Amino acid sequence: MSTYQTGRLTSQELAAEPFGQRDLAPERIDTWLAIAPDGRVTVFSGRVELGTGVATALAQIAAAALGVPLDAVTVVMGDTALTANQGYTAGSKTVQGTGPILHSAASAARAILVERASARLDSPADQLTVTDGAVHAARDPSRSVSYGELAGEGFGATFEVAPEAEEPGAGVSAPRLDLPGKIFGGVSFVHDLRLPVMLHGRVIRPWVRTPTGAGARLIAFDASSVDDLSGNIQIVQEGDFLGVVADREEQAIVAAARLRVAWSEPEDLPAQAELFDWLEGLPVSEHRVLVEAGGVEDALANASRTVSVTYRFPFQAHASLGPSCAVADVQPDSTTVYSATQGVYPLRDALADLLGRDPATIRVIHMEGAACYGHNGADDVAADAALLSRAVGKPVRVQWSRQDEFAWEPKFPAMSITVRAGLDKAGKLAAWDYTVRTPTHGSRPSGRAANLFAGQLIAPGTPLVTPWRGGGDRNAVPIYDLPAHRIAADWVPMGPLRSSSFRSLGGFANSTATECVMDELAALAGVDPVAFRLQHLSDPRARAVVETVARRAGWDAPLASTLGAQRGRGIAFMRYESEFAYAAAVAEVTVTPVAGAIRLDRIVIAQDCGRVVNPDGLRNQIEGNIIQAASRALLEQVAWDDHHVTSLTWADYPILTFTEAPDIEIELIDRPEEPAFGAGEVTTCVAGAAIGNAIANATGIRLRTMPFALAPGANAPS
Amino acid sequence: MTPENVQITVNGQRHTVAAAPATPLLYVLRNELELNSPRFGCGLGRCGACLVLIDGQAAWSCLVPVGEIGDAAVTTLEGLGTPEAPHSLQDAFIAEQAAQCGYCTPGMIMRAAALLAATPHPDEETIRTALAGNLCRCGVQQRIVRAVRRAAEAQP
Repeated sequence: MSTYQTGRLTSQELAAEPFGQRDLAPERIDTWLAIAPDGRVTVFSGRVELGTGVATALAQIAAAALGVPLDAVTVVMGDTALTANQGYTAGSKTVQGTGPILHSAASAARAILVERASARLDSPADQLTVTDGAVHAARDPSRSVSYGELAGEGFGATFEVAPEAEEPGAGVSAPRLDLPGKIFGGVSFVHDLRLPVMLHGRVIRPWVRTPTGAGARLIAFDASSVDDLSGNIQIVQEGDFLGVVADREEQAIVAAARLRVAWSEPEDLPAQAELFDWLEGLPVSEHRVLVEAGGVEDALANASRTVSVTYRFPFQAHASLGPSCAVADVQPDSTTVYSATQGVYPLRDALADLLGRDPATIRVIHMEGAACYGHNGADDVAADAALLSRAVGKPVRVQWSRQDEFAWEPKFPAMSITVRAGLDKAGKLAAWDYTVRTPTHGSRPSGRAANLFAGQLIAPGTPLVTPWRGGGDRNAVPIYDLPAHRIAADWVPMGPLRSSSFRSLGGFANSTATECVMDELAALAGVDPVAFRLQHLSDPRARAVVETVARRAGWDAPLASTLGAQRGRGIAFMRYESEFAYAAAVAEVTVTPVAGAIRLDRIVIAQDCGRVVNPDGLRNQIEGNIIQAASRALLEQVAWDDHHVTSLTWADYPILTFTEAPDIEIELIDRPEEPAFGAGEVTTCVAGAAIGNAIANATGIRLRTMPFALAPGANAPS
Repeated sequence: MTPENVQITVNGQRHTVAAAPATPLLYVLRNELELNSPRFGCGLGRCGACLVLIDGQAAWSCLVPVGEIGDAAVTTLEGLGTPEAPHSLQDAFIAEQAAQCGYCTPGMIMRAAALLAATPHPDEETIRTALAGNLCRCGVQQRIVRAVRRAAEAQP
């Protein structure tokens, strides 16, 4: 029998502990870590846990640099009263970005502690050693003083961040600190927060609300329709924002369903069947050439063979397993909001704008939600809770329904990518002309009420602030040795559904299009797809992942056949954002004849993320990104009718299940001498393309619209 | 939805709770008994996040009215094992690190517990089929299958 220490990672529990008025200047050591008299280390991270295990990785980095055991470290994440402003936790960048900060702060702290020990022990610092949170004489371990005794009031010093950690990190698999809490029923999520007095709220939405403000308006509601309900029902209305508050959760659910509301007739949404005609007909708000060299038009005209193709991607949902939830307590002079937001400071500022309050009076405390994979409903539900709490003067918890989440969470937007490419006589790339058409992938709170869904309902027509255009073009520039090329982005207005950031943003689409076209070109050249890629890759780390995945997948051996079925395999490669992690994938599929059902049998990944901090945690992330990307590639698209999203339940928005999940094999190429790169999203980007290429290999049919599905009979022999 | 006194047995203890009999068991477990593990996922019995055992059978607590529980024994993850005396599945999920965000994990463990109680040594196909109604958006399916296999191997 084993026993476990359940984790204690929620900011909410730590908020009860005194840290005084914290100065959060980022150059101060004390901003990032504190050591208590009992030797316990608290790390303060502005980046938050999103279910990927980064809390554990950051604890590992701090523990290694300080010289303390991992279980002596507690990580406080995302609290505007306790942690520095690090913006949003996004882009698989927490280990990459915050790791060096913590490593540097902890190394500076350790040097100060050793200096203090030197005075205490009357011994030169260079003759002292650190073991398990104590400084002792190297030759006489009995002459020792603990970190707890040395820490005193803190460090009072500043430090500089070494951009690349000089010392290797732990590099050892550490079990997740938060798992025991989740496996024994501890308070783990914002959903589990129970304040002593807490009412329950629900929000009633109009049918449709496009980001441009077009859509149904609130005409009237009939308060008498909930008169007979118990639970001290209160109705809250501000503009088109309409909600109910009740004593108990089930009472709020019933009241929201029962309240009779009249909405105006909204304009029709673009027909889903004509989504891509609509998208491709939108006026371009900005055309930007990302890179261009060598005269691509001439090169295309002179190419011996060319392809000209368009790849298309539908709206997709983050589809977090737990619908968004928040608790807010808005009092006249102070506001506390508990939220699974990816950015406590941007949300705080947006709530200040929404409530008309001074941001300094608002404290936003991160508590985990079900993993979000990007900008889902987490911020919006916090605004819902804040408006309801302000109206009733008590703390209010709001949890969205499954249908709320599918209908209203910001979506991965539909995208369309056109590639014209040509080969020279030798079958090598001669021209590459690539244009991605995309709306914004960034409509996070950004300190503005209008970016919160409730803000749109209160002030219809206020444009969303999308200060950051990027994202749609992520991974549009591959690292292949390109001859004449032009890579451009056409930004178009936001579509019928609000769009924002979803795992790798446009990277998933750009990598899929790029890597599928590379296969189309390899086929045109009559060259093996692995060999074709290697012909155009000179970066040795890129070549290494391609060669490794091919070897591990048995690329040169024929696939075992399945009687009567079509089998195929495909490869994809990419370097994330052209400058971070490298990954290559080989997918194997089986396609049933005539019916055309596609089964993903196996995916092999080779990945190089530089220095690996937590190998098992990294493997877990890679596995998860493979399965989610496979689900997106094969199954997922948001559907709607004239007025409303219609994929509102798991029946209408199926995701990959246990019986469909592929076998997964992973080769990690650890490079301890290299900086750690973000690890998760690069895998998502290669998995989709490898699947598309495998289907083409199996059937001879090139699918260019996601989700990849064959019409029944499409692969039947003619 | 006016609360009445309703009696239910949860994790071996008899409770009298205030709830309208039509209230889904999930809300009573979470809000009255302050149990964290049954989680709201869809409210439609389509994701498995709210799974508990009712007389040993896996049941969606989001769908079962509390008034219909009667004398049946409800078991949640908290009743399956504790940090001091973990169930073999809890040990196995930690050993395999079979979670990412962990929101679906309690439902996975409860479904697997029902399976292993009925079929102590299931093959992989049986495990996958049994878990097919439980969704995991993080993509931890393969680790979860390994954890269930590990727990099965630890059983007599």
